[in-house]
Amino acid sequence: MGDMSELQAREDQLQGMGVSLLRKEDARFIRGQGSYVDDIKLPGMLFGALVRSPYAHARIKGIDKSKALACPGVVAVLTADDLKPVKLHWMPTLGGDVQAVLADQKVCFQLQEVAMVLASDRYAAADGAALVEVDYEELPAIVDPKKSMAADAPVIREDIAEKKDVGHGPRTHPNHIFTWEAGNQAAADAAFAGAAVTVREEILNPRVHPCPLETCGCVASFSKATGNLTVYLTSQAPHIVRTVLAMLSGIPESKIRVVGGDIGGGFGNKVPVYPGYVVAIVASIVTGVPVKWIESRIDNISTTGFARDYHGIGELAADADGRIKGLRFTALADHGAFNSHVSATKFPAGLFSICTGSYAIPNAYCRVDAVYTNKAPGGVAYRCSLRVTEAVYLIERMIDVLAQKLGIDKAEIRRRNFVQKEQFPYTTSLGWTLDSGDYVPALEKVLKAVDYEGLRREQAEKRAKGELMGIGIATFTEIVGAGPTKACDILGIGLFDSCEIRVHPTGGVIARLGTMSQGQGHATTYAQIIATELGLPASDIVVEEGDTDKAPYGAGTWGSRSTPVAGAAAAKAARKIKDKARQIAAHLLEVGEGDLEWEVDRFTVKGNPGQAKTMKELCMAAHTGNLPEGMEQGLNAVSYYDPPNLTYPFGAYVCVVDVDRFTGEVKVRRFYALDDCGTRINPMIIEGQIHGGLTEAFAVALGQQIPFDENGNHLGNSLMDYFLPTAVETPRWETDHTVTPSPHHPLGAKGVAESPHVGGIPCISNAVIDAFAHLGVTHMDMPHSAWRVWQQCHALGIDRH
Amino acid sequence: MANKHVVSFTLNGKEVDVAVEPRELLIHTLRERLLHTGPHIGCETSHCGACTVDLDGMSVKSCTMLTVQCEGASMVTIEGLEQGGVLHALQQAFHEHHGLQCGYCTPGMITRAYRLLQENPNPSEEEIRYWISGNLCRCTGYQNIVKAVQAAAQKLAAAQPA
Repeated sequence: MGDMSELQAREDQLQGMGVSLLRKEDARFIRGQGSYVDDIKLPGMLFGALVRSPYAHARIKGIDKSKALACPGVVAVLTADDLKPVKLHWMPTLGGDVQAVLADQKVCFQLQEVAMVLASDRYAAADGAALVEVDYEELPAIVDPKKSMAADAPVIREDIAEKKDVGHGPRTHPNHIFTWEAGNQAAADAAFAGAAVTVREEILNPRVHPCPLETCGCVASFSKATGNLTVYLTSQAPHIVRTVLAMLSGIPESKIRVVGGDIGGGFGNKVPVYPGYVVAIVASIVTGVPVKWIESRIDNISTTGFARDYHGIGELAADADGRIKGLRFTALADHGAFNSHVSATKFPAGLFSICTGSYAIPNAYCRVDAVYTNKAPGGVAYRCSLRVTEAVYLIERMIDVLAQKLGIDKAEIRRRNFVQKEQFPYTTSLGWTLDSGDYVPALEKVLKAVDYEGLRREQAEKRAKGELMGIGIATFTEIVGAGPTKACDILGIGLFDSCEIRVHPTGGVIARLGTMSQGQGHATTYAQIIATELGLPASDIVVEEGDTDKAPYGAGTWGSRSTPVAGAAAAKAARKIKDKARQIAAHLLEVGEGDLEWEVDRFTVKGNPGQAKTMKELCMAAHTGNLPEGMEQGLNAVSYYDPPNLTYPFGAYVCVVDVDRFTGEVKVRRFYALDDCGTRINPMIIEGQIHGGLTEAFAVALGQQIPFDENGNHLGNSLMDYFLPTAVETPRWETDHTVTPSPHHPLGAKGVAESPHVGGIPCISNAVIDAFAHLGVTHMDMPHSAWRVWQQCHALGIDRH
Repeated sequence: MANKHVVSFTLNGKEVDVAVEPRELLIHTLRERLLHTGPHIGCETSHCGACTVDLDGMSVKSCTMLTVQCEGASMVTIEGLEQGGVLHALQQAFHEHHGLQCGYCTPGMITRAYRLLQENPNPSEEEIRYWISGNLCRCTGYQNIVKAVQAAAQKLAAAQPA
């Protein structure tokens, strides 16, 4: 054993797990040298502009391209009729449905893709797009999902009107997509029948959009000479995209290369395959030159990757002490005109059944009814796992409603219902097995930090003076890291992930993974994992993702799955390499493998620490002829990791708001967030992710919604209207943590970046509603904009002196 | 193509001439003709600030400025902040304080902060937040950006001769 200071010095040199290592990826970004898709310029490249429908529902009677084709710079105009001969006018969706690539005879949502104009540059393309004349016959539109299944409702999807099933069980109406349920309805009903108290609330998760700062886009480049297709594309899941493209186009998957490049934020928006990508690819195949398509901001908010639109009903049954005995949650899900929801095949409503939260609820039932409306498709998980925000919002709101009904403190009711530490692994009544948790200390730590009792006293004093102050609590449990392939697949592909590590003779390492960073700092975090596992410095470890020709297959980065799945693959691959290195060390030191022990960056002989082989020496040794009998050269490994379970990060948040009863303005005075994501790899990056997630939660809770008029026209799809918080209104976040490792993850890590969004939204909502709790208010729908909060003040008559 | 105008300006200390249509926006000239892809396009409506450049001593959103308006101007973009192989204090501070994640807002944000520190070398947190409120970031929640700007201001102040 080396002395402690020497060991520490060697440890420090690795910059491995647990260190706030500054990010490797920053060097290019701070110089303006990132390589985002719109930065790519290929020789002869054309620019594609989409012609979009002004109507939410209309029949296309004719398309006249002649004026557009006469426009200087315009090369071609593609419509559904042009894609038909190659059978690419429709495409399969991630939700088991089909979606029109370009509108085929009718349009079903406003700004739907109708044609693409190809031109020499983006100005000529825009000129051409303005000159394509489309003759529409307007049809009545369905905007309110509650009217979708009316007997006389117009049929939105004539192409599948006769189909009894669109991938997820029987349909009862042409506008019905699926009904999905979990739990035991009879047991839940019985719990309600015998309960001392029940509560019920209608709770909306409104339609919102992730709105990353970079919109979606691609550059497609097909070579007629080789038959190779290269697509630079804003994708959080490049390998899945490659497979979809192979299925769609018939091009052998080995001839398709998808490159993610640098991605300017994703937050779920960049998981699906969008019509714009497909048309650009077809255009490149047809013209034989590269084609670029870049979304405008309005197109981004209007047509790609909305989230939520879950119209929920929450019900809880409890005993007189507030112990929950039964839960019934249902939701009417507005999926828009095509079911393009990102979901695992067996979970059309995602992981909604995590809605029992952090609580031991013996009887539960949940159901989701999904319907078509004349709105954009593409339901994604906005900084959360699939439908988890919707589920957590329901339980965290409903437990507050129950507390108010019983007059129990909102922290106390949570204590009374928590799954207790000794109950883990805990299988919920809806079937999930929570891997680990320790909820009580997390909540108590936060309550102490904010002086919860003092805040409640202050609130009582303020209420006595007629002022509005709210204290919100959320004690959420997330479900991330999809997932076990036995439960989770997309298009038949299991949701495993991968890492390939190659160690070079002088100790440099290159690691390639199936995930795709969009700002999460993977190049740094993964390098730290490998540094600790292999005893080689993180500074010499290069991480590559997103180029499907280079990286092994993986399902990408969404649902906080990078560390839980690919991070585990990185550890496993590194351990395979370390095992081989151990054999080489034993051979060189002429001892048995069992005589060796690992010490930071080397193998030493037990009891004789002077005899050692450093990992760096072993890297070179692996490339010589002096190896154990029968061993091949090289120090490489690949691991495909199929997690045995999902991981369940949790947190305890407190938010304090002051509400101006005259203007309805909500001011977040304090927000204290404690997260437990298991083992922490880079605390600086974790904190940054939490700041970002909380800010997106703040945006959703206080301002984001995509509004429509009764004809399906967008009423707010530019950054003039859609709320993205600036530095001025964004609160100062306080962060804290506990560490409860995942028992089944090789490193004990759970994933973190989505927790603050999932937990932050109900926490802020709970705070706003708590400000009105003494006035009998039990629920107000998001977003809690000044106008809407003022309406509540006005209805209560408290907005006047 | 007809109706092009030759426009001359200084870009990061170098004279440039470009021939553009009167309608061409500065961001497209910078990115597509002059291959300065540091400034980004985020919204095309002046809201997000990803395209911010420094023009004659003012922050300008280059997505809503015509290139023909730039005749004779002196322009600085993110590409011009590093001098003689040494990063600007702001670039270094954004790295050291984790003031960026996806990097898409970063060039505009740093360019805006550069203008702030030119005008006000010792800004308060409130002043920083106000000054960067025309630059949106979806990743960081701004907290570490504020820290980075404060750190850069301190470093620049310390480097000034007393």
